[in-house]
Amino acid sequence: MSVDTRALDQAGPPGRRARLRVSTVFWRRPWLKALSLLTPPVAAFAIVYVGALAVLLISSFWGVDAFTGKLVRHWTLDNFRQIFSFSDPTYLRIAGRTIGIAAAVTITDALLAFPLGYFMARVASPRVRGALFVGVVLPLWSSYLVRIYAWQTILSGGGVLNWSLHGIGLPSAHLAYTNWAMWIVFSYIWLPFMVYPVYASLERIPESYVEASSDLGARGWRTLRSVTLPLALPGVIAGSIFTFSLTLGDYITPLLVGGTGSSFIGNVVYENIGINANVPFAAALASIPVMVMAVYLVVARRLGAFDAL
Amino acid sequence: MRRIRRIHLLAAAVLVAALSVPTIAISRSDGSSMLTKIGKGEGSLNLIEWPYYSDKSFATAFVKQTGCVIHRKDAGTSNEMVALMRQGGGGGGGQYDLVSASGDASLRLVYGGDIQPVNVKLIPSWNSFLPAFKSPEHNTVKGVHYGVSVQWGPNTLIYNTAKVTPAPKGWNDIYSAKYKGKLTVPNNPIQIADAALYLQQTKPGLGIKDPYELTKDQLAAVVSLLKQQKPLLKRYWNYATDEITSFKNGDVWMGAGWPYQTLQLQAAKAPVKEIVPLPTTGWADTWMLAKQAPHPNCAYLWMKYVTTPAVEAKQALVFGETPVNPKACPYMNKLQKSSCAQYHLNEPASYYSKIKFWKTPVAQCGWKSGNDCMDYNAWQRAWTQVTG
Repeated sequence: MSVDTRALDQAGPPGRRARLRVSTVFWRRPWLKALSLLTPPVAAFAIVYVGALAVLLISSFWGVDAFTGKLVRHWTLDNFRQIFSFSDPTYLRIAGRTIGIAAAVTITDALLAFPLGYFMARVASPRVRGALFVGVVLPLWSSYLVRIYAWQTILSGGGVLNWSLHGIGLPSAHLAYTNWAMWIVFSYIWLPFMVYPVYASLERIPESYVEASSDLGARGWRTLRSVTLPLALPGVIAGSIFTFSLTLGDYITPLLVGGTGSSFIGNVVYENIGINANVPFAAALASIPVMVMAVYLVVARRLGAFDAL
Repeated sequence: MRRIRRIHLLAAAVLVAALSVPTIAISRSDGSSMLTKIGKGEGSLNLIEWPYYSDKSFATAFVKQTGCVIHRKDAGTSNEMVALMRQGGGGGGGQYDLVSASGDASLRLVYGGDIQPVNVKLIPSWNSFLPAFKSPEHNTVKGVHYGVSVQWGPNTLIYNTAKVTPAPKGWNDIYSAKYKGKLTVPNNPIQIADAALYLQQTKPGLGIKDPYELTKDQLAAVVSLLKQQKPLLKRYWNYATDEITSFKNGDVWMGAGWPYQTLQLQAAKAPVKEIVPLPTTGWADTWMLAKQAPHPNCAYLWMKYVTTPAVEAKQALVFGETPVNPKACPYMNKLQKSSCAQYHLNEPASYYSKIKFWKTPVAQCGWKSGNDCMDYNAWQRAWTQVTG
C-alpha cells in the first residue's frame, strides 16, 4: 500500500505536515505503534519487578563482613544452609509458622466469604447488596494500623471481648498477644480481598444452570456441591492468592498483636536489615515467600483461577 | 505480542539484572577531615533522633540563634536508626547530619563506616561532663571520639503497685514464675546483656566478666536462661508505647523498661512505680556526625547547644532521662523541684560503675586476649533463636 505524500505536503503549514508524516509512519507500521505504546510500561515492569527480584535472588548468595557490616560479593550457600538447618530449626520454625498461619487465614476467609458472597450475589435485593458492598469495603477506608490497634484493645485483658464475655457469664479469654490473636486479626483485615472475587464468580453463574440442576432432580445441597462450588472455585482461588500472599508478607501484625514466639519471616527480614545490615541473609529469607507463592500460583493456574480475573 | 517468546523475556530479565547489579556497588568516600573551627551555619540541620530529642521547648531558641532549620526523622528503635543511616550508600546518605544513637547502635555505625570523628575541643561543655561520659567505650574507639554524649538512663524494673505486692526487690522477679504471663521485656538483642548481668551475680561459675563480652559457652548459658524466661512472658515489647499500652490495659504487671515509660504511665494516672536494682544495664545516647553530613557546621552548633547545662536540664525533664553534664543540676531543680536527685545526677562516681552501659558486642574481648567473644551477629541470631 502506498500513500501519495505529495498530497500531504500540500496539506497545510509545516507543523501540521510534520505531524501528518509521523502519523503516516505509524499507520504504515502498526507494530511500531504497539511498540512505542508498550515500551514504557513493559520496561518499568521489567526493571522494577523482575529486576528487583533478580537482584534479590543474586544477593541472597552473597555474604556480609561480620566486623564492618559491609557486603562481600563471594558466592556462598551459607545463608541457605543456615535457614534450612535441622540442627537449629529456628528459621524453619518461623517459615512454618508464617506459611501455616497464612494458610489458616486463607481457609477462614474462604469459609466466611463464601456464604456472604452467595447471599450478595443470589439472594439479596439490590438495596441490601449495595449496603453489604459498602459494609465490606468500609474497614478499608481507615488505616490498616488503626484497625490492628483497635483489635489490640478489643482482645486485651480488660478489653471489649472479655467485658462482653463477663456480661454473659463466661470466663475471660486470654487471646491478647498470642498466635490466635494474629489469626483473628489477619482473617479480619484481609476478608474484603476474598469477598469480592468470590462474589464476582458467584454472580457469573447463570441462573439457568441452577434451574437445570433442579430440573434434573438435584436438591439444594447437590446443586451447591456439583454446580455452584466448582464454578465458584476459580474465584475462591483468586481471593486466596490475595489473603495468602498478604499474610505471608506481613510483619506489622505480629509486632503489634503477636506474643512470644510469633515472629514471621517478615520480622526476621526486618531485623536482619536493621540490626546487622545483613541484606544477603534477609534476601535469602525473603526468597522463601517468593518460592512458596510461585508454587501456589502454578497450582492456582492449573485450577483455573486466572480465567475468572 | 505472541511473537515474544519466553526466551526473549528471559534474556530481558538477565539483561536488566546485569544492569542493576553494578548500581548496588556502593562507593564510600573517606569523608571530610575534622573541623577545627565552627563556621557559619548552613541554614539547615537534618536529624535522625529519638522522639523529643529536638523538642520545640529548646529547639526553637536554637533555630532562632543559628538559623539552622531542623528537619526531624524520628526513629522508634535503634535498628531503625542504623537502617536510616545506611540508606543511600551509608554515612547518612548525604541527607542526614546527626543521629542520636544509643549504645547498642553506636559501634555498629562506627565500624560500618557511617560516622566521622568529632573534634570535642569545639564542644565547650565536654570538659564538664561526668567522667563516665567523656570517652565511653560505646562512642570512643582508640581515643578517637565518634560523637558527643548527651543523655543517659538506667534500665528499670517497672511494676503495677496494685497487683505486685510486695514490691519487687531485684531483677530475679522477671525470671521467676510468681507473675507468670504478666511479665514483659524489650524485644532487642541487647536484652541478652541483662540476662548475662543477672547470671554474673547468680552464677559466678560461668566466669562472666562483662555482660557485653560473652564467650560462646557464656552466651549459650544466657540463651538457655532466656528460653526459660520466655513462657513466663506475656510479650516482648517493640516500642515504648507498646509497653505503656500493655501496662495501662492490665495485660502486663511487671517488666523491664525505661524511666520514660514510668513517667508517661504516671502522667496517665496508672498505678505504676519503678525501681533501679543495682547493678543494672543502662543506655547512653550520643549525637554522632554522619560521614556524609551535608551541614557539618549546623551539626557542631547543635552538639554545642544541647550539651549546655540549661538545655541538658530541659531535655532530661522532657524525655525522662539524666544529663551527662552535672552542671545541669541546679537548672533541673529550678524546672522541677528536687529532680536532680530524682534522676540520680548527684550520685558519686561509684554509682556509675554499677550501671553497665549498652555497647555493641564485638569479637574482640576486652577482658581477655583473643577474638572469640560473640559479636552482634551472633547475638542477633541467638535472640532470634529465643524469641522466634
